[in-house]
This record gives sequence, structure tokens and C-alpha cells, in this order.
Amino acid sequence: MSKDDSKIDETGSVSRRDFLRKAGTYTAASLSGAAMLLSDPKPAQATQNVTWAEHFQKNYRLMTEEEKQEAIDRLEKRYSEEFGKTVTVDGSPAIDGVLFGYALNIQKCIGCRRCAKACVQENNQSRGPEQEIEWIRVLRLEKGEFDVNDRDNAGYPEGFGVQVGGNAYKPAGVVLEGQHYYTPEQVPEKDAFYMPMQCMQCEKPPCVKVCPVRTTYRDPDGIVVIDYNWCIGCRMCIGACPYWARRFNWGEPNLPNEQMNPVTHYLGNRPRMKGVAEKCTFCIQRTRKGRWTACVEVCPVGARKLGNLLDPESDIRKVLQTKKVFRLRTDLNTYPKFFYFMD
Amino acid sequence: MKRFTQFIIDFLRAGFTGGAMFWAWMLFLSFFIVLWGYGEYVQLRDGMIVTNLTDQVSWGLFLASFVFMVGVAAAAVTVVFPAYVYHHHELHKVVVLGEMLAIAAVVMCLLFVTAHMGRPDRLWHIFPVIGIFNWPNAMLTWDVIVLSGYLVLNLLGGFYFLYKKYSDRPLNKPFYLTVVFVAIVWALSIHTVTAFLINTMPARPMWFHSVMPIKFITTAFAAGPALIIIVFMLVRKFTPMKIADEALHMLSQIVTWCLGIALFLTLSEVVTELYPSTEHSFGLQYLMFGHNGLSGLVPFFWTAMALMLGSFLLLLIPRVRRNLAILPFLCIAVFVGIWIEKGMGLMLPGVIPTPIGEFTEYVPSSIELMIVTGVWAIGFFVLTVLIKGAVGVLLGEVRYQEKAAS
Repeated sequence: MSKDDSKIDETGSVSRRDFLRKAGTYTAASLSGAAMLLSDPKPAQATQNVTWAEHFQKNYRLMTEEEKQEAIDRLEKRYSEEFGKTVTVDGSPAIDGVLFGYALNIQKCIGCRRCAKACVQENNQSRGPEQEIEWIRVLRLEKGEFDVNDRDNAGYPEGFGVQVGGNAYKPAGVVLEGQHYYTPEQVPEKDAFYMPMQCMQCEKPPCVKVCPVRTTYRDPDGIVVIDYNWCIGCRMCIGACPYWARRFNWGEPNLPNEQMNPVTHYLGNRPRMKGVAEKCTFCIQRTRKGRWTACVEVCPVGARKLGNLLDPESDIRKVLQTKKVFRLRTDLNTYPKFFYFMD
Repeated sequence: MKRFTQFIIDFLRAGFTGGAMFWAWMLFLSFFIVLWGYGEYVQLRDGMIVTNLTDQVSWGLFLASFVFMVGVAAAAVTVVFPAYVYHHHELHKVVVLGEMLAIAAVVMCLLFVTAHMGRPDRLWHIFPVIGIFNWPNAMLTWDVIVLSGYLVLNLLGGFYFLYKKYSDRPLNKPFYLTVVFVAIVWALSIHTVTAFLINTMPARPMWFHSVMPIKFITTAFAAGPALIIIVFMLVRKFTPMKIADEALHMLSQIVTWCLGIALFLTLSEVVTELYPSTEHSFGLQYLMFGHNGLSGLVPFFWTAMALMLGSFLLLLIPRVRRNLAILPFLCIAVFVGIWIEKGMGLMLPGVIPTPIGEFTEYVPSSIELMIVTGVWAIGFFVLTVLIKGAVGVLLGEVRYQEKAAS
């Protein structure tokens, strides 16, 4: 959130009552498609627009079909007003007989991070210097490295190890096997290989277990989802995740209107609010409609495979049967459905 | 019922009566409480971006303060236990003051947790019936149960006793003792569960060990009575209430032995982690020695160690321990040492480095400091009022008088 926005916020909060009174007019306007005409809706309205009903709605998992539809209608209306375009919020449930699995070929990955960027565009993450959220982090691992200690003691890499603080992603020093701040002239680099990480959609997700309000849960197709409207922001899930896959909206997310992806899912890429956790959902808005995830689609080398683990003919099953496959931190018994493989 | 209302009014009146010193103290605290209000307002308005927390270090000063304060709350048991189990006569007289301290500490805990939450407006989501209470799965729900239960037990035990004293009526012994003994066990549970809250996450290897609950309890039973000794000495100084030296000596013994055990557990932890020195010990190494020039916690760790070890060795000497001119300073040293060790010294190396090995240092923002000092001020404010009221009742200055008589 920029300084300017917070000013708007301050004045905006004064006119909250005013705004609620006007809400009815806005409704009519958006229904007739005239929302487009509302010039530059202010980001501050994101918080103002939230109707009382939204504050008091139940957890999505426990809503009846009618309540779900009401919640979705409310959101579509609000988002359309805020972003000045027709926004759809999908509520498609999991499809029977589907269990999503993902496989990533670390032999092919070139570390270009197009997946990470495409993911941000697709999933409406906050962007900009104040608060940048990426669900995919690509680890760069050095080839021929056999002594972690050397790097550990020498300081790694150049220029890092300097504290910068703040809420944005800024390098401060990385150890272990790989690190995710790298800015080469071009990829792939001769002396490196890459290992992207994101939410592993564990079958036994530690994040779900620790959530005190069950706002995050595993849907029947194996995707771990979050009802952003129910999250209390305690960040237990962030502490419990062994893959550092979860992100937090420290401030009001910054999502420019023109960049906002209007095709959303309730449990997926709909715009978030401040103070809630989020993470990869295997592009639930796409995959439940039979499409590839954004990262699979954009990968220039075809390193990413998504499929139905229950379908013996699927790509993912073929990968699991014929390739050398491993998963991360299997010692923790989380049963990730995100596999790494080599040809 | 009318009598009870009168009790509350008289209690509060006694709590808010005092001389210039008292009002200066309350004004001093109020200044920080106002700052707390401002800090909370800013954080509510802009979100937690006003803190210096990050996705890398997502738990910081608020939760560290919470963990430490739960220990102080639990430590009321160091007064109650000797009083009722060992029939320690002198402590028995001041049991209710220990309970007042526990109430103030739990209030602070609740305020710290609220500050830690990204969406305090949705607090109701965790309430059973109207919200979803992920019990028994989520450790946080256990913490909610034990903490709120502890608050209720102390309010009940403390104020039932005071009310009976106020009305000059005999206690219902079976009822009162039941509350007291349940509260003793319950006190252990609040700190045990708080330890379980963070040591049940293998994603955070620094915390993932079974020594944590017992270490929490021993450090709590060192820092807590250290604070209680100071509070008792202040009560002796500023009110007519008599507290025997014997009570303080008992408490200083508890401080000594619990501190000794805590130091032993720290040693066990350090040896277990650093001898094999696996990647899992990176957090502890960062705490003790820093990493690649990131050494924000190093001076704090060694200061805490020096304070704890130094005061332990001094407390071992009976002549020093029983010297009431020196004791308060040792108590401050113990309290500060444990506050560092178990607060930020425990919270930060748990989340640094991240599960994928990233080191990010964290220094609380001014808003965070404002909120935390403000909560401390609220704690002292509440404690002052409660103790003044309780002392008034114990001394018989505050008691029920029939309308006709007055």
C-alpha cells in the first residue's frame, strides 16, 4: 500500500456511512454494466465496499448451496464495482474421481521463473514494491557443490547477508541447498540447476491441522484451499508449513484494476483482503474447469505436468510409473502431491 | 446481589484511591496506554504491514510477549501451591495477591494475541457454536480453552475469597478449595499447552523438541515469582499490608531452584543441537553466534545467559538470597534474563532461517513497540487497581456496611 492510498483510506473511513447509503445505487449501476463508467474506483473502497452480510457469513465449507450462491453474488457485485470490469466468481466444487497431482521435471527446468510471474498475473496476488507476493519460488542450486560449509562460512551469495527488513521480498542471506534470489544475465546458467517450489497440496497438510478455525481445508480433489473470508490471520499455518508455501497479506493487497484477472474462484484467485493467508491452489479456477494451471501453460520447456492421480492414463501417472521421482521432506509424513522427477 | 454490586463499587473505589504518587504512576501508565490505542488503531487501519513482520519472520514481538506472559500468569501457582499444599502460613495470607497478578497477566496475554492476529475483527470465528472451533485438532484452540479457563478460575477463586472477606462471612471451604486445586493444575496446563503450540511443528526444528514444555514451566516459575517478590516488596512499602519475610524467602527459593533447572535444560538443548550440528540447529546457531554477519540476537542471548547464570550463582548463596536489599535486583536480573531468553530469544530463531533456509533479521517497528509497551502499561494498571482493592479488603478497610449503619 503506498502512502497516497493510506491517505485516501483515512478520509474514506470518515465517509463510510455515506458509502453504505450509496451502495444501493452502485448495485444498480454495476448490474447494468455501467460500472465501467465509474472512473477509477479508489483502492480504499476495497475495504469500504465489504457489506455487512460479508462480515457475518459462515465458513464456505459449511454454507448451503443457496448461501454459497448469495456469497458469490455479493462478491461478484463488489469486485465488479471495485475493479471496473465484470468479475466472475466461480464456486465449482471438486469433481468426483479426480485427485490432482503435479510433477516437475528438474532436469528440464531452466530457472526462467515465467511460472512465478504467470502465477502472479493469473492469481491476482499483490504486487509492487510495498508488498509483492509470489506463490512459486524457484531455488537455484549450484552444480558441483559438495561442501555446504564453504558457502555457509564465506557468505553467500555476493552482496547478500545484508539485512534490509520490510515486508517485501528482499534478500537477506540464504543457506541450505538452494536459494531463490538470483538475477543472471540469462538462464539457464552453466553452473546451476533449478528447483521450483510451491504449495505441495499435501494429503496430510500440517497447515490444515493447526488452523484454529478450519478456514483452510483439503477439498476432495486433493487441493488445500482457504476461505479468505473466514481466516483470522493467526499465521499458525505459515509456521506449520515445512515448504514455506504460504504467504500473508500484511497490508491491503495492491492489485491494479487493469491487471486484475476477472475470472476467479471463491477458494482460489479472487482478490484477497489484508490480514489473511494465501497460497497456490493449483489454479483451482482453471483446473476444475478442465484447463491447465497457468504455470503448466507458460512453462517454455514443458517441465511441468499436472494430472489426475486416479486416472491410470493421465500424464502424471505415466510420469510416476516411468521416471525417477522424489518428493520433498517425506520424513514429515505430509504426503505431498507435488512430485519432482528426472528423465 | 445488591451486596455484590456494592462490593464491586467499593473494591474499585479502593483501587482508585491514592495519593500523589499513585496518581503520578497511573498517569505515567496512561500515557503508554494512549500510545497503545494509537498503535492498535494504525494497525487496524493499515493492516500488519505497519509491523516489521515478513513472510519469512511471520511471528515476532507480539507472540514472544504472549509466550512469556503466559508463564507469568501460570506462576501465581508458586504462591498458591505452597500455601495450600504445604500450608505455608505466610504465603497463605497473600494468596489472593498472587491470583490478582494472574488475572492481570492473562489480560495482557489476550491483548498480545489480539495484536498478533491479522483479522481481530473476526475473532468471533474461533468461538464455539457461533464460529468454528477446530478442537481437538488445532493446538491454538487448546490454548484458548486453558487460558480462558485460567482467567475464570482466578477471577472466581480470588474474588470469591475477597467477597466473603468483604461480607465478613465464612468461606464455603469445599467449593473454595476445589477452585484452588483445580487452578493449581490448570496453571501448569496453560504453559504446557503454550509450549505445545510451538513445539509441535517439525517445520520449525529449533522448537521441535520435547524439553520445551518443562523448560517453559521452570522458566515461568523462576521469572514469575521473581516478579511476585518485587510486587510484594512494593506492596509492603506502599501499603499497610504486612507480608512476612518468610513468604519472600520461600519464593526466592523457588526462583533459585527453577532457574537452576532451566539453565540445565538450556545446556541440554545446546549440547543436543550443537554437538551433531545438523541443519536443524541453524536457528540455535544463529541465536548464539549469528550467521554471516546477521547477528541481531547474539548480544541478547549472551546478556540473558549472563543474567540468568550470574543471578543463579548469587541466589545459591543463602546470605545473599536472604538479603532483602539485594534480592530485588537479582529478581530483576532473573526476570529480564528470562524475558529475553523465552521471548524474542525463543520466537525468532524458531522462524529464522525459514524452512527453505533463508535468513531474514527482524527488528520490531515503532508501532509494535508502542503496542507492546502499551499492553505492559495496561497490565500494570490493572494489577495496581486489583492489588490496591485486594489489600483494602484483606486489611478490613473495605467491608460491607449495612445502609442503616453508614
